[in-house]
Amino acid sequence: MKIPLLRIAHARSGDKGDTANVGVIAYHAKHYPILVREVTADRVKVHFGSLVKGTVERFELPNLGALNFLLNEALGGGGTLSLRVDAQGKTLGAGLLAMEIEVTPDEVKDAVPF
Amino acid sequence: MIRIANGQGFWGDWLEAPVRLVEQGPIDYLALDYLAEVTMSIVQKQKQEDPSLGYARDFPPLIGRIARQIRDRGVRVIANAGGVNPVACAREVKRLAPHLKVAVVLGDDVYDRVDEFLAGGHTMKSLDTGEPLTCIRESILSANAYIGAFPVAEALGTGADVVIAGRCTDTALALAPMVERFGWAETDWDLLATGTIAGHIIECGAQCTGGNCQVDWQSIPDMANIGYPIVEAEPDGTFTITKHPGTGGRIHSDVVKEQLLYELGDPNNYITPDCIADFTTIHLEDTGADRVRVSGIRGAPRTPFLKLSISYAWGWKALGTLVYSWPDAFAKARAADRIVRARLQQLSLAFDEIHTEFFGINACHGPAAPATADPPEVQVRIGVRGADRKAIDRFTRELIPLVLNGPPTATGFGDGRPPVREVVAYWPALVPRELIQTRVEVIE
Repeated sequence: MKIPLLRIAHARSGDKGDTANVGVIAYHAKHYPILVREVTADRVKVHFGSLVKGTVERFELPNLGALNFLLNEALGGGGTLSLRVDAQGKTLGAGLLAMEIEVTPDEVKDAVPF
Repeated sequence: MIRIANGQGFWGDWLEAPVRLVEQGPIDYLALDYLAEVTMSIVQKQKQEDPSLGYARDFPPLIGRIARQIRDRGVRVIANAGGVNPVACAREVKRLAPHLKVAVVLGDDVYDRVDEFLAGGHTMKSLDTGEPLTCIRESILSANAYIGAFPVAEALGTGADVVIAGRCTDTALALAPMVERFGWAETDWDLLATGTIAGHIIECGAQCTGGNCQVDWQSIPDMANIGYPIVEAEPDGTFTITKHPGTGGRIHSDVVKEQLLYELGDPNNYITPDCIADFTTIHLEDTGADRVRVSGIRGAPRTPFLKLSISYAWGWKALGTLVYSWPDAFAKARAADRIVRARLQQLSLAFDEIHTEFFGINACHGPAAPATADPPEVQVRIGVRGADRKAIDRFTRELIPLVLNGPPTATGFGDGRPPVREVVAYWPALVPRELIQTRVEVIE
């Protein structure tokens, strides 16, 4: 079945120049493997479409049950150059939580309710 | 154990936070982070207009306000409030708080040394684009090296009540007191990484105590009185994140995880002037109400380089908005955008970029935003940037006419035409570490 990532993870995002970073964190350690399987760099790139002009890189932090994504050329030039309202990418973490992921009911039967 | 608090996550953060940290419980050090990349160019301009300025002007009045308490309680303040004029900042602090001992860290400001570096064969290529610094040499407004915790620890070693640095790293503000009090060496990579990560967790103030936190945010207690973070650091390389009892907010491992991920690049290689910290070695443990213990952190040797923060005059930009109401608000806003772009084209104005966003539709998330039904209103925001100030100025006159000569129900134009703003851009680069010599001065 499909659920939004929001059901099993929270996120925070920020900037480094024209690159946005999005940290995605599983609420429960046992859901971390779902993140690793479902939230790939390619799928994140597709999810944000034309918002991300460059590549998407993914890093794993199993100790925190978290993934870190770098979205290159995603902030309209970044910093003071950007004409975007979200020039620092503050909302992109929330934006990624809308992504649909494929899970079995058993995998997420105790996910936080929304 | 020493207690290091952060009372300011950026210049403009809550003015009451540092005062409350001093008044509401015990702390040994109060770290205040004032500088962002763009801030350096702002303070550089202020110094050019008035040689007695060029620092975070909120800082001396704050010290004046808390001078008696920090002296009575033995709290020592560490701030990168010096901007490009730490000595002037220190003199103003001394004027407002004459009984405090004030030390400054100097040597990070390399604005006057850029040509010396270039002549020495240091190209200072942009870490973003790879272009050599000579491309923008004439436009440089400020140039500073990010310095680490050891010069700041040296300033603490003078016994100063207040240590003022220029462009030291945010993480150094928290690491420096650990280095000074625990006697950590420049090669204690695991310990330095621990202090660096402690600094990363608290450098954004309340962002690790429940601010900007997605986890069950509506249940976070008393945000109006949110407590700012305190690191209880141990000499063995472990620490606990906490806050004063009775303050608002929440400290929990979920909250701390969010802040650990904030503005993070490669988690295995978090590079600072002091060390390389490995975020994949962090172990978090909830040890009580509003207490998270952090342990297990590993580090690696520092690199032979220091990063420069160079700012330069790039050009100009302007951003203007109009609001359209239901029905068909989005369609009207899109039509307004098309009309403005057509008129700009007829004027043959050249811009580096024209960018349009629709607030209420997809301004934040772009293509990732869910589709909305006919919304009650939409704000369209059109921005332009470029090197030609006249073209930008002409653009600012093209929005308001649409109130009368464009789609129906345009409003929200009460502030008149938008201002033309100068764009100061940021140029990160590396230089060999040995080019930068810091020194400490006590200001009498």
